[in-house]
Amino acid sequence: MIWKTVLFLLMLFVIIAGISFPIVENPTAWYQFPVIPGLEEKAKIIFFHVPTAWLTVVAFLVSTVYSIKYLKTKDLDDDARSIAAAQIGIMFCILATVTGSIWAKFNWGSYWNWDPRETSIFMLLLIYGAFFALRSAIEAEEKRAALSAVYSIIAFVTVPFFIFIMPRIMTGLHPGSANDTNAGPVVNFKMNGNMMLVFFTSLVAFTILFFWMWRLNYKSIIYKDKLTKNIL
Amino acid sequence: MKSFALFKKDLHSELRTRYAINALVMFILVTISVILFSIGSEKISETLTGGLFWVVIFFSAMSGLSRAFVSEEERGTVLTLHLIASPNTIFSGKLLFNLILVFAMNIVIALLYSVLFDSFIIRNFSLFFLAFVLGNIGIAAASTIIAAIIAKTGSKGTLYPVLSFPILLPLILILLELTKFAIDGTVIGESLVELTVLVCYDVVILTASYLLFDFIWKD
Amino acid sequence: MSDYRLTAEAVGKTFGRRLIFKDVNFSFENNGIHGIAGHNGSGKSTLVKIITGILGPSKGAISHTNGGKKIPVEKLHDFIGFVAPYLVLYDEFSAEENLRHFANIRGIQYDKERIDHLFNAFLLYDRRLDEVKTYSSGMKQRLKYIFAMMHRPKLLVLDEPTSNLDSAGKDTVYRLIEAESATSVVLIASNEGSDLALCRSVLQLENYKNNSN
Repeated sequence: MIWKTVLFLLMLFVIIAGISFPIVENPTAWYQFPVIPGLEEKAKIIFFHVPTAWLTVVAFLVSTVYSIKYLKTKDLDDDARSIAAAQIGIMFCILATVTGSIWAKFNWGSYWNWDPRETSIFMLLLIYGAFFALRSAIEAEEKRAALSAVYSIIAFVTVPFFIFIMPRIMTGLHPGSANDTNAGPVVNFKMNGNMMLVFFTSLVAFTILFFWMWRLNYKSIIYKDKLTKNIL
Repeated sequence: MKSFALFKKDLHSELRTRYAINALVMFILVTISVILFSIGSEKISETLTGGLFWVVIFFSAMSGLSRAFVSEEERGTVLTLHLIASPNTIFSGKLLFNLILVFAMNIVIALLYSVLFDSFIIRNFSLFFLAFVLGNIGIAAASTIIAAIIAKTGSKGTLYPVLSFPILLPLILILLELTKFAIDGTVIGESLVELTVLVCYDVVILTASYLLFDFIWKD
Repeated sequence: MSDYRLTAEAVGKTFGRRLIFKDVNFSFENNGIHGIAGHNGSGKSTLVKIITGILGPSKGAISHTNGGKKIPVEKLHDFIGFVAPYLVLYDEFSAEENLRHFANIRGIQYDKERIDHLFNAFLLYDRRLDEVKTYSSGMKQRLKYIFAMMHRPKLLVLDEPTSNLDSAGKDTVYRLIEAESATSVVLIASNEGSDLALCRSVLQLENYKNNSN
């Protein structure tokens, strides 16, 4: 209960501050955000878009951790925890892709540019998609749990290569745009103190939100499973 | 040695049934001719040719490499293998089979490609050769472990490229980059980072496969 | 003669959250024929697969020891012979090619004398160079016995040993099982009275299913 109250207050703050605090030329009051050249009002997406992308990664990590745990314990509850994290992960992955894409249209002029971060989120979307495709193709639940666990671990170990190789490839794809790719979509802008505060509060709040949703989700998966087999 | 015996068994079986080889050869021909038709008399850039080269290899690999495990699963001989060999032996044997298949297939593709595409000119051959060898090892390793996974599932054929693509994507991106370097004539010294990443990819995938194969193989 | 012993300690298996059996205990050594009985779907095949190390138990442990030393799982297949209706040999090879490949993959010598003796005993000698896909189901079943016995296993596991066999085939098999049981442990999982009549002891799998948890 205490966590839900904290989450409610944090989210309330993030939503009110993130949407209503004005962006002005020379911030004087505590609640004013500075203008960032090239972004202006569009800078506010950072409070909502970045946390969704962050949760995509967190969910993938949690899912892999419980995949490893499942292979050790062979406990279907751990499989439920892994799949629950992945389900929330793909949801946030789609949210991050869509919000980012819409934003890109207004700021960079097109919905999709294949810059390093867009490519990484696309890669994660593919992995999540493959993970669920694999799960739906296996009938026996223990086999399903073991194979999807193995797959998510293999996918997990290949992701670092991707992150490493991408900036090098992307400069190759967009000659003459070296500056853009180095900074990525998050332009190296100066957030002032209160912007920083709202941003990190948002990260914390979304992380708590994730773990809350995850707990509800895996519990319901486990109950549903037990109910269908009449062993509750 | 035991895994070599398993490889010999697979080779013997392949030579007798021609299950993978026939499909593979036809697939390579079809893919390359589709690309040739779609290009027509157009002149395409060298970079694009290098990219299409790996596209052909990826799809050909997806058509033939799952055979190693799928054929055992479909015929129900998995249990027999369980009874004569340890998981390590089985994985090594299947990997060896796929390695040979990938090398044979890719050499054929490379030869056909250099004959049919005028703009496929490799200026730094040793760099291309290194990337080719390391890339083939990576493709064989990744596709073997994914084949082991999909062999246990219901929809084997369609799932194979779906599962393999995210795993192979980093590898293919590195290979595209290295092929571009080789076409541009970049010296090996300037491609060391990419080559190191390629070696690391091979090592990581191989290690993960050996560690995880047990869990796939045992029901 | 080295000392072989097979022990099951509180072995239990659940598929998903469904219990198949639990607390199975037994210990067999050196030789003799033992039976596992239970109606269809009672988990005979599952137990047999756990004993041979193909499946892992959910609870408890199976241990195989030879000369007092525990046999590691990855070496187990050298000590076990297995026959079952769901065992499939390679169709595209002849019987002899099958066995040669198996010997090579196991890393042992192809014992021609032993295998020819088995071919004769199971009345397959004349057909040993024919591809297995031309065999009848009874012939395939007899070939599986040769596959199971060719490497002189310490433990011979037979799941439904007489399926697909006519009465003459059954008699041959019974005779050879008796002979084999002088030097190795033979485990028979079956529901047939005539199969179980061979056994020194019979384990009723039905007794291990009380679902009290």
